Amino acid sequence: MLISYLPILVYLIISIGLAVLIVALSEALGKKTHTAVKDLPYECGMVPISDARHRYAVKFYVITMFFLVFDIEAIFLYPWGVIFKPLGLFGLIEMGVFILILMVGLAYVWGKGALEWE
Amino acid sequence: MQVLFLILAAVALISGVLVVIQVNPVRSALYLILNFFTVAGIYLLAHAEFIAAIQVIVYAGAIMVLFLFVIMLLNLRQPEEGGEKQHLAQKISGAALAGVTALLVIYTCTRINLGPAKEMVPGFGSTEAVARSLFTDYLLPFEVTSVLLLVALIGAVILARARLD
Amino acid sequence: MIVALIGVIALVSVNALFLIWMERKVAAHIQLRPGPMEVGYHGALQTVADALKLMGKELITPDEVDRPVYLLAPIIIFLPVLVLFLVIPFSPNLIIRDLNVGILLIFAFSSLTVLSILMAGWSSNNKYSVFGAIRSIAQNIAYEIPLLITAMSIILMVGSFKLTDIVAAQDKVWFVVIQPLAFLLYIICATAETNRAPFDIPEAESELVAGFHTEYSGMRFGLFFLAEYTNMFVVSAVATVLFLGGWRGWILPPVVWFLIKVYAIIFLIMWFRWTFPRLRFDQLITFAWKVLIPLAFVNLLVTALAIKLF
Repeated sequence: MLISYLPILVYLIISIGLAVLIVALSEALGKKTHTAVKDLPYECGMVPISDARHRYAVKFYVITMFFLVFDIEAIFLYPWGVIFKPLGLFGLIEMGVFILILMVGLAYVWGKGALEWE
Repeated sequence: MQVLFLILAAVALISGVLVVIQVNPVRSALYLILNFFTVAGIYLLAHAEFIAAIQVIVYAGAIMVLFLFVIMLLNLRQPEEGGEKQHLAQKISGAALAGVTALLVIYTCTRINLGPAKEMVPGFGSTEAVARSLFTDYLLPFEVTSVLLLVALIGAVILARARLD
Repeated sequence: MIVALIGVIALVSVNALFLIWMERKVAAHIQLRPGPMEVGYHGALQTVADALKLMGKELITPDEVDRPVYLLAPIIIFLPVLVLFLVIPFSPNLIIRDLNVGILLIFAFSSLTVLSILMAGWSSNNKYSVFGAIRSIAQNIAYEIPLLITAMSIILMVGSFKLTDIVAAQDKVWFVVIQPLAFLLYIICATAETNRAPFDIPEAESELVAGFHTEYSGMRFGLFFLAEYTNMFVVSAVATVLFLGGWRGWILPPVVWFLIKVYAIIFLIMWFRWTFPRLRFDQLITFAWKVLIPLAFVNLLVTALAIKLF
């Protein structure tokens, strides 16, 4: 069984090698000239004002938390899927309860207006 | 196999240490992602293919990406106030704590009787095996998880509310 | 093993060259113009010339980038490119490794793309890039969950993550017939995952120049481009396996059928670009959480009930 996973490692290493090779080749072939203006970050021809790494207002940060919760839920569904048929009706009820509880969560979040954009 | 494990374990340990000693939080988070990948590799070596896949999807794919996102947007690049003195104190206390933990782990390991490894059941670690125990033996914890996730949802809303109002 | 590897590398490069040409031709013909015509028959070699030119371009590294992160981002985006092809069943025999966790492997490695976009956007020290990165996260939290749940509806009917098992389960009827809603949801999510219009929010060229890869030039930009078109092939291949019966077809060999279906879906995705205007990312998030996720759950529960009843 393990041997069938070995190609993943091999392919990952070759991917890195290939990517590095492509960039290195490009580095070798392309010319290199530096000017002060060329090395500026692009800002539509203007001289950039201040550093770009500011603090930004991210209005959807609450939804990122919901995302984590539902991502974990979706992952819980996966093992259920492979033994759904052998488990019978019992499995359906089990997962029905699980999904229902989280649907209540989604309804709550929705009702509270947390999915609204201001 | 042993060689592969040693390489993975070494990378996991080194990346773990790098997570802690990096000053730049973004790089530290990147090392943590590398760490998660090597741990996923070790899971694979232990025949836990499903857990390995989940490790990558949930930790490296979702949680760490959002972590990194928060770090980048909070702009935590600048070294904190306090200077070298505090840093030194942190380093010493951190190293001491790590040492004590390591000693405890080693002590516990020598105390327990490991004995010969159990015979591995065919299909161990496969998705079916994980699913079977999750939906029969561990049914209650599984259902409680959904309540836990619900609480997390409500908590997130309330925290956000407190900020908004 | 080595043959397979060379085959994958060849497929990745030929596919990217072909898709870029196809993209330009499709766009041109929809806009009633011929598109590239000069290099080769109907411009068929145009992208080869472009790739060679790109190779010779100067690699510019702007001031004040976060160097290690900046240099690592294009390599990280290229990382899953070859691995994803490991589990794709081109025909009953043409599959490199038929892994038990096939579909999970694809989802796991595809999630690396967002990581790379985030790294590229933030490290560039360019405002457009940062906005691209932020939008990319917004997009990720919108499409990922409906995508996982939709694919689940199919897994439920098959009971296996193996891609060959999923194709084998469609011997009587393709899943697109039984699961039309799931197919629709999957195509929407797949378009978002590949950052294609109307969900090209992270790189919206008329708003953000080029979004997260504004500051990348030469082959560093080339790697992003290559990964993007490979990703398009992979999501279409997954759609083919999940919904269109994989390699199944008549008369023609299975591999040909598989490729026909994949490129048909790619054509559909290219067509979208010239049909739908770009969404704002708040619209996308609201749409995903209020429409896609509830629909995906309803579809899943109905599927589960139906399997138990029939």
